[in-house]
Amino acid sequence: MNPQELLLWVRGTGLQLATAVCVLGMTYRLLHLALLGRKKNLAEARGSEWGPGLRTMWRRSFVLPELSARGKFTVVAGYTFHFGFFITLLFLSQHIAMLRAVLGFGWPALPHSAIEIAAILTLAAMIALLVHRYMDPVKRMLSGFEDYLTWLLTFLPLLSGFMLLHGIGPAYTQMLTLHLLSVELLLIAIPFTKLAHMLTTFSARWYNGAFAGYKGVKA
Amino acid sequence: MKDHDTLEHRLTQQGISRRSFLKFCTAMASLMALPPGTAPAIAAALAQAKRPSVIWLSFQECTGCTESLTRSHSPTLESLIFDMISLDYHHTLQAASGFAAEKSREDAMKDFYGKYLLLVDGSIPTKDNGIYSTIAGRTNLDLLQEAAKGAAAIVAVGSCAAFGGLPMAKPNPTGAAPVSDLIKDKPIINISGCPPIPSVITGVLAHYLTFGELPALDELGRPKAFYGETIHDRCYRRPFYDQGKFAKTFDDEGARNGWCLYELGCKGPTTHNACATTKWNGGAGFPIEAGHGCLGCSEPNFWDAGSFYTPLAAPTSNIGAIAGAAALAGAAAAVALSAADRAKKKSLQQTHEKLTVKDISN
Amino acid sequence: MTLQDIAVKVERADDYSVGNISALLAEIATLLEKFIATGQSAEIDLKSLPMGALEYEQLRLALGQGEVAANLEAIGPSEIIETKYPGVWWVTHYNVEGDIVADLIEIANCPAILTSQPQDMQAGLARLQAAIEK
Repeated sequence: MNPQELLLWVRGTGLQLATAVCVLGMTYRLLHLALLGRKKNLAEARGSEWGPGLRTMWRRSFVLPELSARGKFTVVAGYTFHFGFFITLLFLSQHIAMLRAVLGFGWPALPHSAIEIAAILTLAAMIALLVHRYMDPVKRMLSGFEDYLTWLLTFLPLLSGFMLLHGIGPAYTQMLTLHLLSVELLLIAIPFTKLAHMLTTFSARWYNGAFAGYKGVKA
Repeated sequence: MKDHDTLEHRLTQQGISRRSFLKFCTAMASLMALPPGTAPAIAAALAQAKRPSVIWLSFQECTGCTESLTRSHSPTLESLIFDMISLDYHHTLQAASGFAAEKSREDAMKDFYGKYLLLVDGSIPTKDNGIYSTIAGRTNLDLLQEAAKGAAAIVAVGSCAAFGGLPMAKPNPTGAAPVSDLIKDKPIINISGCPPIPSVITGVLAHYLTFGELPALDELGRPKAFYGETIHDRCYRRPFYDQGKFAKTFDDEGARNGWCLYELGCKGPTTHNACATTKWNGGAGFPIEAGHGCLGCSEPNFWDAGSFYTPLAAPTSNIGAIAGAAALAGAAAAVALSAADRAKKKSLQQTHEKLTVKDISN
Repeated sequence: MTLQDIAVKVERADDYSVGNISALLAEIATLLEKFIATGQSAEIDLKSLPMGALEYEQLRLALGQGEVAANLEAIGPSEIIETKYPGVWWVTHYNVEGDIVADLIEIANCPAILTSQPQDMQAGLARLQAAIEK
């Protein structure tokens, strides 16, 4: 297989496979969770559980004042990398061209300089979080292989994309192939790892809030 | 025709001055994409250069490569180079025809066995014993194998000879194959492009003549001097790519401002060739300068590499349909397994046992 | 629709810039500096550089024309111009049909191609002597 054939495979069959695994896995996981159902509550609660549920979805998005400095660092760096990731993913003109080809519509891109800043901040935040995960004794104890794997799978597309855009490393053909491969690996890993939180996190928060804010007995 | 004396001798006989020769060598350095300071070294090497015999075989091709070469716009250079080689067989360019033509090929092959340069344009059909293209009743495959035996080196001119090109595009009805798939025991140099840039063809010949060896090649057998960098690397519109300024259609403001054609499907980033600097039609320009993206014609399989107008970032196959089918399959699996769980739960309830997390499907 | 409806944008060399020329000028300056300091001459092959037609014109404007302009007639004409920056020469070689076969910026006291060649001098001397003997 020459580099062109490899690139063609990653842009075609490879991407189809990865998308299929990701979409199938995530649809299954979400729907299966929803269909698990909750035990029918025969008692009438005071007020609705929607209020506390939604409030928790919202409130968990902020840094809590009682958090320690280390806790704050995790939240701030976490936010930086999540936002940076989505800005580079959704507003780089090349990505929009790709999404337009898949979705049939696009939107205006951000200037490259803005994407550049976002990408560098994201990479820096991710590295800082990794270092912190390793240095902090509690985090380190809580971390398993999967945590480092998902970090790597998230980091690689960003890094390869950055290198591709700046002409660092191998030739464009090979670098584009690597970039797409790293994205495909990430897509495949999503349903099987903690990365699935990208779709389950808000429903989980809602459930927590609804559970905690429930007023009344359960029967 | 077969006087293999040195070039210096021939030039002196023609009354060409040393200064003219130096100018010629400067042009040669530029042609071969060598640093300008190498002109004196070229002069020294060329002075001793001999005239090699060249046999040119044309197989499944459109003659575009020969057209390109003969329309090459540096005539004195080319004529000098042609003075420097002895083109003993080329069935389009030679005056002889029929038996006389084939005889000149056979003579050259015999007289210069092990020393001649074999140029090939066009791909070689291999299906059904190669009957899809024959010359004088003999298949291309047969002719190639015979001529390759005594060749010092083989130059595959054009994307068809180098990578299979259009004849090999899906569904490849003739079983077309590039030279490198069929000949394994000879040095092969690929001058890809559809057609290749004329001065790249002559530049490679010049290199062989000057230094008596093939130039440094990349992993696809192409001379690095011309194919070492991508169109994108040397594109005068590159600064717009770096700034993220892209033309969205062929007639929008961006296109008029000469912005990058990436989103209009330009294959410049993945295409290795010298168009952006050597240019076409005597330096008049190259496709991107005319406002059209690069097609990637000097890369393998370029006919089957998706639409010419799809950006490189975009998938080459239908992702939406696959995603839809996967979503349906995922939903079906979830519903089926949930139903199974519920049934299990019901049966456990009847026996007053508890359903645990371990019991449900994952 | 008439022909007038088609928007035409006339580009002028002096208001167009993508940055290629300023990079090239900086390189020329560096080479000239080095030549002044060490006497090491240098050449830049313009055909190997990415340049649009407008940028080429822009480079012409930027380098301008200095005190010397020479013409060669050696298998086609050649144009040798000292730019307005002494020591920076623009050497353009044409073939007999008028196509550019080499296009160079040379940083030197005098481009090498202008100086007489020993072999040519030898041949010339022989011709001169033959003429005297006649």
